[in-house]
Amino acid sequence: MVLGIRFVLFLQGCHLQCKYCHNRDTWDLNNGIYKSLDEIYEKILKYKNYICPNGGVTVTGGEPLLQIHFLIELFKKLKHNNIHTCIDTSGMISLTDDVKEVLNLTDLVLLDIKHIDNDKCKDLVGIGNKLELDFARYLSNNNIPVWIRQVLVPGYTDNEQDLIKLKNFISSLNNVEKIELLPYHDMGKYKWKKLNLEYPLENVPPASDEDIKRAKKILGI
Amino acid sequence: MDFKEWDGFSSGDWKSEINVRDFIQHNYSPYEGDSKFLTKPTEKTQKLWNEVLDLYKKEHDAPGGVLDIDTKTVSTINSHDAGYIDKDLEQIVGLQTDKPLKRAIMPFGGIRIVEKSCEAYGRKVDDEVEKIFHNYRKTHNDGVFDAYTPDIRAARSSHLITGLPDGYGRGRIIGDYRRVALYGVDYLIECKKQDLDILNTDELTENIIREREEINEQIRALDSLKQMAEKYGYDISKPASNSKEAVQWLYFGYLAAIKDQNGAAMSLGRTSTFLDIYFERDLKNGILTEEQAQEIMDHFIMKLRLVRFLRTPEYNELFSGDPVWVTESIGGMGIDGRTLVTKNSYRLLHSLENLGPAPEPNLTVLWSTRLPENFKKYVTGLSIKTSSIQYENDDLMRITLGDDYGIACCVSPMKIGKQMQFFGARANLAKTLLYAINGGRDEKTGKQVTPKYEPITSEYLDYDEVIEKFDTMMDYVAKIYIKALNAIHYMHDKYSYEAIEMALHDKDIIRTMACGIAGLSVVADSLSAIKYAKVKVIRDENNLAIDYQVEGDFPKFGNDDDRVDEIAVNIVKRFLTKLKRHQTYRNSIHTLSILTITSNVVYGKATGNTPDGRRAGAPFGPGANPLHGRDTNGALAVMNSIAKLPFEQAEDGISYTFSITPGTLGKTEDERIQNLVTMLDGYFSQTGHHINVNVFDRKLLEDAMEHPEKYPQLTIRVSGYAVHFTKLTREQQLDVINRTIHEKI
Repeated sequence: MVLGIRFVLFLQGCHLQCKYCHNRDTWDLNNGIYKSLDEIYEKILKYKNYICPNGGVTVTGGEPLLQIHFLIELFKKLKHNNIHTCIDTSGMISLTDDVKEVLNLTDLVLLDIKHIDNDKCKDLVGIGNKLELDFARYLSNNNIPVWIRQVLVPGYTDNEQDLIKLKNFISSLNNVEKIELLPYHDMGKYKWKKLNLEYPLENVPPASDEDIKRAKKILGI
Repeated sequence: MDFKEWDGFSSGDWKSEINVRDFIQHNYSPYEGDSKFLTKPTEKTQKLWNEVLDLYKKEHDAPGGVLDIDTKTVSTINSHDAGYIDKDLEQIVGLQTDKPLKRAIMPFGGIRIVEKSCEAYGRKVDDEVEKIFHNYRKTHNDGVFDAYTPDIRAARSSHLITGLPDGYGRGRIIGDYRRVALYGVDYLIECKKQDLDILNTDELTENIIREREEINEQIRALDSLKQMAEKYGYDISKPASNSKEAVQWLYFGYLAAIKDQNGAAMSLGRTSTFLDIYFERDLKNGILTEEQAQEIMDHFIMKLRLVRFLRTPEYNELFSGDPVWVTESIGGMGIDGRTLVTKNSYRLLHSLENLGPAPEPNLTVLWSTRLPENFKKYVTGLSIKTSSIQYENDDLMRITLGDDYGIACCVSPMKIGKQMQFFGARANLAKTLLYAINGGRDEKTGKQVTPKYEPITSEYLDYDEVIEKFDTMMDYVAKIYIKALNAIHYMHDKYSYEAIEMALHDKDIIRTMACGIAGLSVVADSLSAIKYAKVKVIRDENNLAIDYQVEGDFPKFGNDDDRVDEIAVNIVKRFLTKLKRHQTYRNSIHTLSILTITSNVVYGKATGNTPDGRRAGAPFGPGANPLHGRDTNGALAVMNSIAKLPFEQAEDGISYTFSITPGTLGKTEDERIQNLVTMLDGYFSQTGHHINVNVFDRKLLEDAMEHPEKYPQLTIRVSGYAVHFTKLTREQQLDVINRTIHEKI
């Protein structure tokens, strides 16, 4: 399954603090450029010939679900035009009615499960994983297609027991179309430096092909 | 009229008149299947191709990349004895001279250029030839300079108008070579004689005198064509009787053209589906296997890959890498809705796999969103593998050109056998803008090139004032430009008439005066900077504007921003209108292209600092491309910008060269193919005209620059043609590498 050509919308602001974040500059909710819904929608339509029928619109961030009202309105318009919608999220958000409404308009969720172990998750991204696991279960119960992703960070997310646990969790879901392991890389390091911040994973090497291979084997993908 | 060679073909008008399209429509078999039927190269093909590769290597190692020159024989259709690569292996025969890769001299265009070319490669033109062409036989080049006025010369030497075909063959004429195969030469001669009879009028006016002379030239050329074929042991007076003969007859027609003319672009036309009819008939009759069919096509392609012309090193700067534009147009849709893709379209493209990638023939897919999905996938897959294919919008061109047109050179569409163009190179509009600011003084030399106009004297450029003066300067350039082209094409017809190519045309044809623009994105960005930012003029002690300081940001062409894209659209429309005010030679129709070929580098070199912040000497964007690095919104935004340029006002073509890394296009091969298909469908449905597709990583090119020996067949698409990367000048290589290679869509 491929996603085709996507119009990718980066929404500013994120409430997590992932140590490996490669877009450190997207955390601050008040730091972006303001665009109106119409402005963005018109821009998307300019690319309609490319994103239909195989592609669509992907919103990512930051954490796109933080701008929930915008998403509801945007997705309503997109679905009205038969444009495929996709959200790239951590799922670390309460399942409010608004969130449920967006998910109802979403064709695919790229769900980044940060860590399957609650404590380690808290250490890695700042909060535990209860919200995102609930989120995953909600998607499963409501048959919303999902791609599960995890960033493979050597020494953080590559523990064999954790990976087995992750595998078991994923197999308890019935809506997973794809599982992707994203190798940790340090190409976002310069963004931390630019903001005069210490890079939390200074001594962690990028995940190698070998690391990925090993983890994939454990996950059985 | 009927021939036994036509047994098995369905009848139609084509039997009572020359009408190749009608023959195709009545007889071809559209193919919507996949590529699985294709076969590997035969043993003979592999052996022969290896011999060609050896020849390539020898050529590459020879001084200046020229293996040999026949400095004695003036090339004509029938001038040389038969030549072979390896007679026993070759299914399709015929070379330009008596040996492969040996270049011929064609002094009718100009003797000086031939002498200069020979000298550049350490050779000298035979004394007798020099004597004749200096004393007794005038050339095109001599004629043009007799007619040129001082203002044309000034515009030319200051590079305001450049690349003009006044010293080399104009090319860009496509003979309908299929006619040779379908009708045989005798019938073609008979028809030409009938044309002469029509011209047996009461008054012999200048036009009729010229036409009568031309048709007689055509008849003689057709006679020579027959004699040339006889040297190879073929009698082509009658139609071809099977597929091998059809390819051979057709190739002889083309060979005659490239022996007669050293034209800038010597394109083949649209032959694969025509030939498919013969292959299908033979396959059906059980006298041919698929392996044999592929073998014939592979051998044909090999011949097309051996086409060479003798050219000067300066010419190579303009059109880098020894291109000849053996452009072949493939696919497209018929006006009745059937696809014109056939199995033979696949065979032709498959040569890229059987023989490896190559710049020639210049494979041009006529793209329609309605092309069979299988075919779309096959060609885009090949593009991704070989970067050797260009695409042009069939849905757009079919509206005005029908379904039997072909592309000459890079992007110039013309109805096969019914239309030709007077190739007009291009006007440097970036320089025109600088002249507008400086009142017609050259920004580099300070010389007054045009008549004196009022220069701009303000410290900061005012948009309205610049536009007004630019408009006036475009008026002037348009006038000089058409004057120059009229002189050139008058003389080309007179001294270097393309008799064999025109013999394969109808009597009454459409002629276009194909003008061109260079530097469109530079002008658009400059005007945008003047309008949306502040541009301060820096002048030297003689009050000559030599540099510009841009204060603030401004919208740049190639980012799908209407504010600047509309400026670009406007320039195209305005310039065409200005050209149309001037009368053209033979009442040819004014057309415009936005195409630079690789000359964007030399044009840039000749142009000073521009108000968009581009530095003096830096290359322009090729064709309609944005200036390198200015497109920051990804590939699709560029496509959207370029698609806005109006084909109706630039019917000679709008060239876009697009490069992307494989990883950006997709993670898997399937994904890459699907995404490329979607991009092409999208680009063309919003009326983009042309796109060169390159898929490679910058690292690969950098390595090829350092270790050319590792990449003998590495092919890339530049503006409108493909080229062996290692044959480009170092400057050109850097230009390609520095160009945007998209890493985001």
